[in-house]
Amino acid sequence: MSSLAVQKAPSAAGTTGAAQGRPPLRRRIALVPTLTLVIGAIYTLLPVAWVVIASTKSGHELFSTFTFLPGTGFADNLKDLNAYRDGVYWKWMGNSALYAGLGALLSTCVSAFSGYALAMYRFRGREAMFNILLAGVLMPPIILAVPQYLLLAKADLTDSYLSVLLPQILSPYGVYLARIYASAAVPADVVEAGRMDGASEWRIFTRVALPMMIPGLVTVFLFQFVAVWNNFLLPYIMLSDDEKFPITLGLYTLLEQGANTPALYTLVITGAFLAVIPLIALFLVIQRFWSLDLLSGAVKS
Amino acid sequence: MTTARRRSYGVKGAPYAFLLPATILFALFFALPIGYAVYLSFRKVHVSGLGLGSGARKEVWAGLENYTGALTDSELAHGALRVLGYGCIVVPVMLGLALLFALMLDSDKVRFTPFTRLAIFLPYAIPGVVAALMWGFLYLPDVSPFYYVLEKLHMPQPDLLDGGPLYLAMSNIAVWGGTGFNMIVIYTSLRSIPAEVYEAAKLDGATPLQIALKIKIPMVAPSLVLTFFFSIIATLQVFNEPMTLKPLTNSLPLTWSPLMNVYQDAFRKGDIYQAAAEAVIIAVATLVLSFGFLRAANRRQKQEAAR
Repeated sequence: MSSLAVQKAPSAAGTTGAAQGRPPLRRRIALVPTLTLVIGAIYTLLPVAWVVIASTKSGHELFSTFTFLPGTGFADNLKDLNAYRDGVYWKWMGNSALYAGLGALLSTCVSAFSGYALAMYRFRGREAMFNILLAGVLMPPIILAVPQYLLLAKADLTDSYLSVLLPQILSPYGVYLARIYASAAVPADVVEAGRMDGASEWRIFTRVALPMMIPGLVTVFLFQFVAVWNNFLLPYIMLSDDEKFPITLGLYTLLEQGANTPALYTLVITGAFLAVIPLIALFLVIQRFWSLDLLSGAVKS
Repeated sequence: MTTARRRSYGVKGAPYAFLLPATILFALFFALPIGYAVYLSFRKVHVSGLGLGSGARKEVWAGLENYTGALTDSELAHGALRVLGYGCIVVPVMLGLALLFALMLDSDKVRFTPFTRLAIFLPYAIPGVVAALMWGFLYLPDVSPFYYVLEKLHMPQPDLLDGGPLYLAMSNIAVWGGTGFNMIVIYTSLRSIPAEVYEAAKLDGATPLQIALKIKIPMVAPSLVLTFFFSIIATLQVFNEPMTLKPLTNSLPLTWSPLMNVYQDAFRKGDIYQAAAEAVIIAVATLVLSFGFLRAANRRQKQEAAR
């Protein structure tokens, strides 16, 4: 873990300020940067705060009371959401968890294999393979999704869980990150020592290299989890049976129906609020032992 | 001897074995679909007679017909123009804010950074559909706090979901969603600059602003180029946000962005051939634009270095 974690920024205030008695405020806090960042944080939190508050309002309150005033209808909204089409909302949440969880897990495995191979071996075609894989990042999703749909239709696989799961397993960005983490975290002489001891390549990978790559692979997993959870285009093209919808597609169809019936607005809002909780919770929990910087492929040893 | 040979054989084959899953997936879900899209873009359905009966509809070669069709399609051209306008707002504003926040995070004596950093990054975890949905409601006069304030102040209340303001409304969603991730990328590269680099400047009495402009920004230029590159690609692919805002307004056509146009042609009109040609054109245009930018940026950097 520590070998990969990027060092924390020095905590600026406090230590020197306390020692020198009470210096003027301006010297202890850099006012402009702090204020800029706080304004930025307010901007990003504003819509989230609104959706939290709006989800507590009954349909009547939503249009009549000041928008940042909490309402009294949260329990009713929740009950309505549960009742909507026999609780299909929770089905969508479960589907999203399945697509994102299983998809990200498989994606992480594939990325780990590929990243390890690209980082630790010298072989013919290595750079070509890496570049071709990376080119996948640049492909617009639509040029993939439409023919993917048509091809999967030939295999009779559209409108199935697999049609959403399979195309998202290979993540070029995941392979790229895994390669960086592998070359930074796994020393070549450790691998060589394993070979001297007569261990097979597979054994060296699983027993020696994989544990060292874990912190980086957590990042790959999270990245892919978010990417799949947030994906809309692919399921929108692939699926027609709403029992298989992920939450993004479910909320979209709910909004589409609700456009003409404002009574459904409260359902959409409550649904949106509940939909953002899992990912926010995931990030808050993981924040504690994981650095955001790893997402940009930054590694310091 | 034999074991040694076998072992070296094992080492040689190992990387290919490790790369096998990725290769298979790449072939099935990247290479094959792209090839198929290109193939379809040169095909069309030929209908003979009234189009009835089993042999009446036949797929035949179309030459460049689909491409000329796509290039003269005014809907697609309008969509492209709309997205270019939208991109001209989104990319500079988003990356400008990302750079500003990253520099602020990196400055001395700044407070509350763990909180503000996480808060600004938070939208990354929120699906584009949900983001567009939340902002969409904030743009609706009936429920929005902004309109409430404007009304109390007796200020004009523009319709955010129509005409020119629609671009701003749509751009705002993308800026809100993308700033945090780009901020993290830039901030990470800021922190990899060794502290000694600033020390001399500080001793010479340079202000933080001077240090930011003269030292920090030039040193993170490569990561700025990279974020710019990926932002151009992402912006030209916009789909989720306009799709989600669509039910909330009548002034958003179903072909607002080129991707929406492809979807319409492929699945509403059922013309997958024309749609395939459009998808290929969009892909090529995206690659030309983004790599053109990358080349221009590289050339500039070389010139700077040579000076």
